[in-house]
Order: sequence, then structure tokens, then C-alpha cells
Amino acid sequence: MSPHTRAVESWTLQPLTDFVRESSVRLVLVLTPAGQVLAQSGFSRAVDVMSAAALAAAIVASTGELARQLKQPPFAALSHQGPKNGFFLATFATERGTLAVLAVYDLDVSSLGLVQLFYEQLAADLKAASPKGAAQKQVLAADFERELTDSLNTLFGR
Amino acid sequence: MSAALDLITRVRGVRGAMLVSAEDGLIVAEQLMEGIKGSAVAALAASLAGKLRRAMGAAGTGTSVFWHLQAEQGALLVVPGGNSEGGILVVAVAEPDVNIGLVRLELLRAAAAVI
Repeated sequence: MSPHTRAVESWTLQPLTDFVRESSVRLVLVLTPAGQVLAQSGFSRAVDVMSAAALAAAIVASTGELARQLKQPPFAALSHQGPKNGFFLATFATERGTLAVLAVYDLDVSSLGLVQLFYEQLAADLKAASPKGAAQKQVLAADFERELTDSLNTLFGR
Repeated sequence: MSAALDLITRVRGVRGAMLVSAEDGLIVAEQLMEGIKGSAVAALAASLAGKLRRAMGAAGTGTSVFWHLQAEQGALLVVPGGNSEGGILVVAVAEPDVNIGLVRLELLRAAAAVI
């Protein structure tokens, strides 16, 4: 297991560890469309996880709304490639509810093709591993800060 | 592009041919027999091409013009076209006993035709 890969929900850990090893991505988040992080790899600061999760959730929401206005099903994946890095954001359904994966990769180490290829395996593994029949836990506003703190403590091994 | 791939797939023993973006490992064009996972071959071939390019650069041998991976049940043959860093890879998936020289010739012709 990579020392930088940690999970709030333990069933996500092995699929994520495999994905990181095979696709050579630098950073990964597994999160809900609301921005609740289930697992992360490669992040060293909690504030970066919070920012990335919030931005990823915002992208999922805005592209979902764009698709709705176009009377299309939600977009399956979004890719953006810069001169040195690329990012890949995709959503898929599990028993746990819809999940999103945000992956950031260095172009001299990985590629969109590799990330897409191993993302398919990650999504299949997470679908298979997700707790069956488990109702999605709703985080109440009153509990939000404590839930967030607990999650970040788990993700950074505190 | 289709005509370029025809040059390769008409060789006996070739199970498929693809043009692959070297930078992102995505398929540009393909002619593959059923059962070959084109997206996986493309992604892994581009990844390997990038690593080979860096290794050959470090070894001072210049850029590769052809590479051939022989496996138990088949072979992968690749010609990096143009500037392979941002260019196109011409890829053939073949039976293990394919005529390598002939496939190489057709890969080089296809690369010249599409680039």
C-alpha cells in the first residue's frame, strides 16, 4: 500500500491503491458529488484536499446542470490537459451512491489513455466493493464540521 | 488513414493495426480483429513509447524508428511517426509467427503516408 493513500471508507482503499500503482497518477480523490471525500492519494495537506474536493464537486454540479439544459444524460468524464499536467474527472454509480474520481497526472509519467484505461478498472472495483444495501449517510449541517474534521484526520493519519 | 491501416492489416498474421496519439495514448484510427482491447493496447504502447524515447535519449542512441515486442501468443510492432513525443504511433498487433520484415515495411509505409 502506498503510504500516501488513505481512505475514510476502507472498502475504497484497495481499488484506489491499485489505480494509483497502475496508472501512475500523482493525485487522486474519491468523493461524492457533494464534495465529501472517501479516499485520497498523494495529497500532503488537508487544505489541498478540501480545495480540490470543493472544486471537483462544483465541476460535477455545473457540468451536470449543463447536460440537463442540453437535455443530455450527465457527462461521463471530463479531461483537461495542460503543458505538463492533466486532470481527469469522472462520475459513476455504486451502491453507495454516485461517486466521483478526480485524478491529476504528470504528462511525462502517465497519459490520458492510461488514466482512462485504469479508471474503468477502478470504477468496476469500487462498484464491486461498495457496501450492498447501505443507505447513503446524510451529513447534517450541524455535524458538518465534526464530520469534515474526522475525515481529514483519517485521510492524513492524525 | 484507413488506407494506411489497410497496408498493414493485409499482411498475413496481422490481427490489427492502429494509429495512436503518442502524447495521450488515445486511438486515432483502428482496424482490429474482435477480442483485441484497442484502448488498452494504445494506452500501454504510448506509455512504453514515452519510456523508450527517454531511455534511448539517455543512452545517446537517438530516437527509435521501429520496435518489436515478441510475446508467447503474439507480437506488438510499432513505428513512431514524426516527432514521436507529440506525434503518431503506427501500431500492429500480430500473430507470433508473422513475417516481421514485411510488417515493418508496411508500418514504415503507413507512417510515411499519414504523417
